Amino acid sequence: MPYQVVVGLEVHVELKTKTKLFCQCANAFGSEPNTHTCPVCLAMPGALPVLNQAAVELAVKAGIALQCTIHCHSKFDRKQYFYPDLPKAYQISQYDLPFAEWGHVNIVADGQRKQVRIRRIHMEEDAGKLNHLGQSLEQSEGSLVDLNRAGVPLIEIVSEPDMTSADEARRYLTELRAVLSYLDVSDLRMEEGSMRCDANVSLKPEDYTGSLEDLPRVEVKNVNSIRNVGRAIEYEIERQSERLAQGQRIIKETRGFDDARGRTYSQRSKEEANDYRYFPEPDLPPLVLDSSWLARLQAALPMLPDAWRERLESLGLSANEIEVLVQDPSQIQFLQEAMEMTTEVRALTRWMLADMLRLLNERGLSFAQSPVRPAQLVELLNFIADGRISGRMAKEILENMFVSGESAGQLVDRLGMAQISDDAVLRGQVAEVIAEHGKVVDDYHSGKERALGFLVGQVMKRTRGQASPEVVNRLLKEALGSSVS
Amino acid sequence: MSPVDDSVKGMAERVKTGQISAQSLVSSCFQYIRQVEPKVHALLAHDEELAMEKARALDRLPLSERRELRLAGIPLVVKDNLVTEDLDTTAGSRILEGFRSPYTASVVKRAEEQGAIVVAKSNLDEFGMGSSTEHSVYGPTMNPWDFSRVPGGSSGGSAAAVAAGMAPLALGSDTGGSIRQPAAFCGIVGIKPTYGRVSRYGLIAYASSLDQVGPLARTVEDTALLLQVISGHDPLDATSAQMPVPDYLAQLDRPLQGLRVGVPREYFGDGIDANVKMVVEDVLERLKQEGVSMVEIDMPHTQYAVAAYYLLAPAEASSNLSRFDGVRYGLRVPAGDLRTLYQRTRAQGMGDEVRRRVLLGTHVLSAGYYDQYYVRAQKVRALIRRDFERAFEQVDLVVTPSAPELPFALGSRADDPMKMYLSDICTVTANLAGLPALSVPAGFESGLPVGIQWIGPAWSEDLLLRVGRMVERVVVRPPWPKL
Ligand SMILES: [Zn+2]
Repeated sequence: MPYQVVVGLEVHVELKTKTKLFCQCANAFGSEPNTHTCPVCLAMPGALPVLNQAAVELAVKAGIALQCTIHCHSKFDRKQYFYPDLPKAYQISQYDLPFAEWGHVNIVADGQRKQVRIRRIHMEEDAGKLNHLGQSLEQSEGSLVDLNRAGVPLIEIVSEPDMTSADEARRYLTELRAVLSYLDVSDLRMEEGSMRCDANVSLKPEDYTGSLEDLPRVEVKNVNSIRNVGRAIEYEIERQSERLAQGQRIIKETRGFDDARGRTYSQRSKEEANDYRYFPEPDLPPLVLDSSWLARLQAALPMLPDAWRERLESLGLSANEIEVLVQDPSQIQFLQEAMEMTTEVRALTRWMLADMLRLLNERGLSFAQSPVRPAQLVELLNFIADGRISGRMAKEILENMFVSGESAGQLVDRLGMAQISDDAVLRGQVAEVIAEHGKVVDDYHSGKERALGFLVGQVMKRTRGQASPEVVNRLLKEALGSSVS
Repeated sequence: MSPVDDSVKGMAERVKTGQISAQSLVSSCFQYIRQVEPKVHALLAHDEELAMEKARALDRLPLSERRELRLAGIPLVVKDNLVTEDLDTTAGSRILEGFRSPYTASVVKRAEEQGAIVVAKSNLDEFGMGSSTEHSVYGPTMNPWDFSRVPGGSSGGSAAAVAAGMAPLALGSDTGGSIRQPAAFCGIVGIKPTYGRVSRYGLIAYASSLDQVGPLARTVEDTALLLQVISGHDPLDATSAQMPVPDYLAQLDRPLQGLRVGVPREYFGDGIDANVKMVVEDVLERLKQEGVSMVEIDMPHTQYAVAAYYLLAPAEASSNLSRFDGVRYGLRVPAGDLRTLYQRTRAQGMGDEVRRRVLLGTHVLSAGYYDQYYVRAQKVRALIRRDFERAFEQVDLVVTPSAPELPFALGSRADDPMKMYLSDICTVTANLAGLPALSVPAGFESGLPVGIQWIGPAWSEDLLLRVGRMVERVVVRPPWPKL
């Protein structure tokens, strides 16, 4: 029997605040264990949480950017379970009244635009980390608890089960990451855990009419890259359809993903799942958002990927160029600054995506870190537009700009690379080349197109590349035409 | 002899002006404690040397600085569920035996900043769960008026210490009556402030939405002074209010004219000891002669209060006490695996009454029972709040007995938790409604103290204290017990 793939994703994103969600400890990655801790995040007796307003601001920004309805009244709840990485034995989260609901992300799949709905976004605190001693968990002789991460602010973004393939899931995650990266609310590093993804995968028989919620669902936990989320889903689709083909039942369970083998493996079955005994967090008043504050936040939001796509499309950029540009907010930032200084957007983006990108990649830099700033690139492009330098010269100058940090103008002067486009100067050179290469001139007259190119090359050589190729071309044609008649 | 021979204001004034030194005050305090503590057992951790050191430091302060301190040199007893850096904090539990907090509760800090000197931590029912101070793993506290009887609870150690004269001031906490009932049993004054009036930072939480720290003292004036010092917003407690704090002391003797007091039938009916009722009604009669008008009112949801309280408080407690898991601090009973470590640690670390409430609360919050218990109890809570709102449309304050009975005999309730829970019948409503409530001595019956409770609208502590002062004027009280 044919099945339809049903995928929903839960994405945890660590917010880039200076301090943790409920205390003044630094929110920092990679420090000595337990150095960013205090009575609150260690859950010492009597300690109380106080909500970090900066985290609320970042979370709400994300909610607005993901087209959610933001609730002015929401609350925090306690999710309770015992584990050594959870010092209070409850996680402060939002259960039945999250701050944001009903958003969406647009993706393009199989050439079609598609909307993946977001069910909810809620705020919560991260847990600590356990470092197991010994070779493996099974043989571990003990565990060390590091609570630096305990209390770091998170948002959990829960999608509707709207994706029908691994590819759509990848595209959703890519777009989600792009949108969030424009807001600068998180580092979004999956390998460091600042963005984490759980994938819910189930197979729906074609004739199934019940609720999607009731399908036996497999949750693949904590996959560490977008690519691996795709691999995990692909593996699950295969595994589940094989089981179904063999007449076996799919068990509702939690699975992990083994990166090296490209396989998922069972962690625990949901039938023995925890009862989290949620109840409203009495230590925190309800979260009330001021509507004028919300309006200000909304107004201050940067232009997002979809709006950029539209704008760049209207400027005549190709779909490929647009996609490469919008994926990286530092590119868009660079482009935006440059666009304030030039109308030559096509040339600008061509140079950004070709030479700039190559030179930056060679140095492992992003556009944000580029030594050549937008104004400097525009100056260079203006020289080409004015005919002062050729495109080939511009490439050389740009490389030099990366090395020496000089401006295009300084380099043109220092390297003597101003382009010669003065007819009077070039006419003499043209005449000499024609005189020296009688054989080639004959070839030209007998219809050999390549002959002209050779002659242009000779003029360029004599002028050490500084002649304007267009002018040389025109002058040669004029001169050769007259010699024929 | 008890070092408490004057009002706190008077004692502090003598220290400020150098008539007596903080050192002599603190040292006579410890001398007296050594004498009476074996009979009362009100105290847990104390450190005389450290207290003397603090007293010395205070005595060395220049006069100009010392005179700014409202509690200069005043010995203070702190309930042992308020954490302190200088003294162990156990909450009366084995699971925190020998525990030293890395920080000090905000209320204690505020009192110390005003010159108070913490002489000891006081005994309590484990984690504040109880009404007799018998549920402490460190042994019960005795009532100074009659050693065979309980001092009430859970702030029984604080109340007994003040009644015995070990210190003029004590801090307690009140979740369902834990300041007011022991104040009544020990013949002293205690106030549970409006929820949010006083910081809970550093109070080991029992039921976070009901807990409030408050003062216990021998007189209304002393109570007002300590309340003044500990009140006000604390950035470390998100539930503490940004409300300005009035000058309680300045208001204290302002005459009360045309005061209307509600007397709810529900608090004077079945379940209230006839002797208690008589003493309280006698006070009301005298106040009438002073021009206070008494209005009979109905508070129909009172009968559900204890039931709602014993669902909500254990529910929150089951969550609040989860952090005592043997991983980071306190008792750890080793085991081969994590689950067993949790089970053994918590089973051996917590007493019967605490385990009873943790289990009850866990059940209340469980899937399938949450709506039936927790949600319904919250509805009752809202109705009780509305009862008070309605009452305060008619009257300024509501008056009730502080406890339904006289101090009972030690051990008499040990096997009957239901009977023990009913001790809270007069007091839990103020916690459920978040309202301020004051207990002042109403008189004595068979040599045992009886308290009268005044409940006011939110932030009406000033009014409550003024009424308390009035009650003090009309009640004749015997001398403090000679121990
Ligand atoms: Zn912290």
